[in-house]
Amino acid sequence: MSIFKKALTTAAVATALATSTATIAQAAPMRIAVVVKALGIGFFDAVHKGAEEAAQKLGNVKIIYTGPTNTTAEGQIQVINSLIAQHVDAIAISANDQDALVPVLKKAMSRGITVISFDSGVAKAGREMQLDDSSTPLIGKTLIKLAADHMPNGGEVAVLSASATATNQNAWIAAMKGDMKDYPKIKLVSVVYGDDLSDKSYREAQGLIKKYPDLKAIIAPTTVGIAAAAQAVEDDHLTGKVNVTGLGLPSQMAGHVKSGASKSFALWNPIDLGYAATMISYNLATHKAKAEPGAKIGMGRMGTVTLDKNNIGVMSDPFTFNASNVDKYAKMF
Amino acid sequence: MSDARHIPDRLDRPLRRLLRSWEFLLALVAVAIFIANSLASPYFLNPWNLSDATYNFTELGLIAFPMAMLIVAGEIDLSVASTIALASTLMGAAATAGAPIAVLVLIGLVVGLFCGAFNAVLVTRLGLPSIVVTIGTMSLYRGLSYIILGNQAYTAYPTGFAYFGQGYVFWVFSFELVLFVLMAVVFGALQHRTSFGRMVYAIGNNPTGALFSGIRVARVKAILFLLTGLMSGIAAVCLTSRLGSTRPSIALGWELQVVTMVVLGGVDILGGSGTIPGVVLAALVMGLVTFGFGLLNVPGIVMSIFIGLLLIGVIALPRLWSRLKPRGT
Repeated sequence: MSIFKKALTTAAVATALATSTATIAQAAPMRIAVVVKALGIGFFDAVHKGAEEAAQKLGNVKIIYTGPTNTTAEGQIQVINSLIAQHVDAIAISANDQDALVPVLKKAMSRGITVISFDSGVAKAGREMQLDDSSTPLIGKTLIKLAADHMPNGGEVAVLSASATATNQNAWIAAMKGDMKDYPKIKLVSVVYGDDLSDKSYREAQGLIKKYPDLKAIIAPTTVGIAAAAQAVEDDHLTGKVNVTGLGLPSQMAGHVKSGASKSFALWNPIDLGYAATMISYNLATHKAKAEPGAKIGMGRMGTVTLDKNNIGVMSDPFTFNASNVDKYAKMF
Repeated sequence: MSDARHIPDRLDRPLRRLLRSWEFLLALVAVAIFIANSLASPYFLNPWNLSDATYNFTELGLIAFPMAMLIVAGEIDLSVASTIALASTLMGAAATAGAPIAVLVLIGLVVGLFCGAFNAVLVTRLGLPSIVVTIGTMSLYRGLSYIILGNQAYTAYPTGFAYFGQGYVFWVFSFELVLFVLMAVVFGALQHRTSFGRMVYAIGNNPTGALFSGIRVARVKAILFLLTGLMSGIAAVCLTSRLGSTRPSIALGWELQVVTMVVLGGVDILGGSGTIPGVVLAALVMGLVTFGFGLLNVPGIVMSIFIGLLLIGVIALPRLWSRLKPRGT
């Protein structure tokens, strides 16, 4: 082999090496971790779907979908410690405990990881921003509207909630009561609690039906309660007389919509939520946006989110499901 | 041996005994997992990451030491996680009222001791089975913290309080890790180098025989319950400090993780045998598995399955071994 040839090969090899390292550097994707309350929950599997959709649209983004086995803060801390160890670029979390996760998330941020919370938020010190699925006023308004849409002549409605101490449900019910002034012909006769247990919710719904023979609608702002109430209405052959509505999962409610026990119901769309959380994480991690009060951050097809003084943003109105679209979403979550 | 009356207390020679011991097998498993993790993830062999990983087992381990002695003595305490919840809740209440750090720690320890004492009285004075008593107090202690806290959380801990769960003694050695090692030595010495430890084995093997040999069985058991309560109180201080907050659901399900750690460490669930070094190794194995799988983003349920299989293997292998051996010889 001549010296010239040797030099040429060396050069070629060097170039090849250089290009390959360059491609590797370029190909290292941005890693966004989506940490959920626990794995194996349909709602969060749909969030994952939305996150993957956003990743595909952005390109060169890898989603790490993870979470503990049980909905505990301790379990999420273990998961976050391993994500910090992997130096992921961003963490988007739906928290099991708004306070207990603060120290470990602070540590993540101090190591240069972008941290946002979505759905169930983290206290202000533990995240750059929080993305709410919807807002309490918007949910309250939607709840009463869902019932009112199908009772033009007004009448009696009752609420079947989760537990008496459930913070979210209590805030939504309070907001809904505030909005009832717009519907003077509708009367709220009772609020009962099924504790998010199917059997107890079912019995409470039956109790409502027996106690208030003129009841026109049951509003259940909980996925467990709404399904149980719809079942109770069907079992008591009151379909068409008592309309069950509130917040529910399409997969659990599709049958009840078909039977007519529920004319419509609402929920934030978890696919949109996962999509929006991923888009925001990407924009913050690439410094295209900064999480600060008043900031407007892009969420791709979901538009933009505006942050309030606590860096909390609201994604959208709850999404209404009815006979026309429930089947499509039932396949997803 | 010229002395005709000499009764050997060890039948095998030390090396042979070591090689056949449960602890040696566990150590091999730990090394294997360590090597596998190093090969599987580029992030594993980093002192800070390994330091973070120790939090997976330090608090559980602190409780596992006295629990191991308790199980060796033929008793069990399932109320440890609820003791953490109650201790943490009362610390939180005191912190909200403005108590200084030393008082908070004292409250944690005293509440732990008190919970242990209550179990001890019910088991040793009333002669109730410990599994029943502590299933009861498991609901009782956590129930109390639910009554006190409801849906709220205590978050007003003083800044310096974070040291116990987030601070470092030097370099990557966290306060919790140093405490874990210290307690391993203390409990190792207590179990294997004192007459108290011998009494614990005697009680576990034959409580009636122990009683007739002049061992104050009830007193030894009471001390073990107190120690378990105290260590749960210490774990409560560490965990509360690490989380920087208290909710009644704190440490939910930890009692079973502690028992898993103890049994994985080779302690006979029926009492009578087991060692503290075994429990230390089991803590390491559980911590390494959890962290290694976490680095690979393996879902938590797979980890649970792995730990479950490990546990069944641990219990089944020695029995299979002893069953097969007579036929072989």
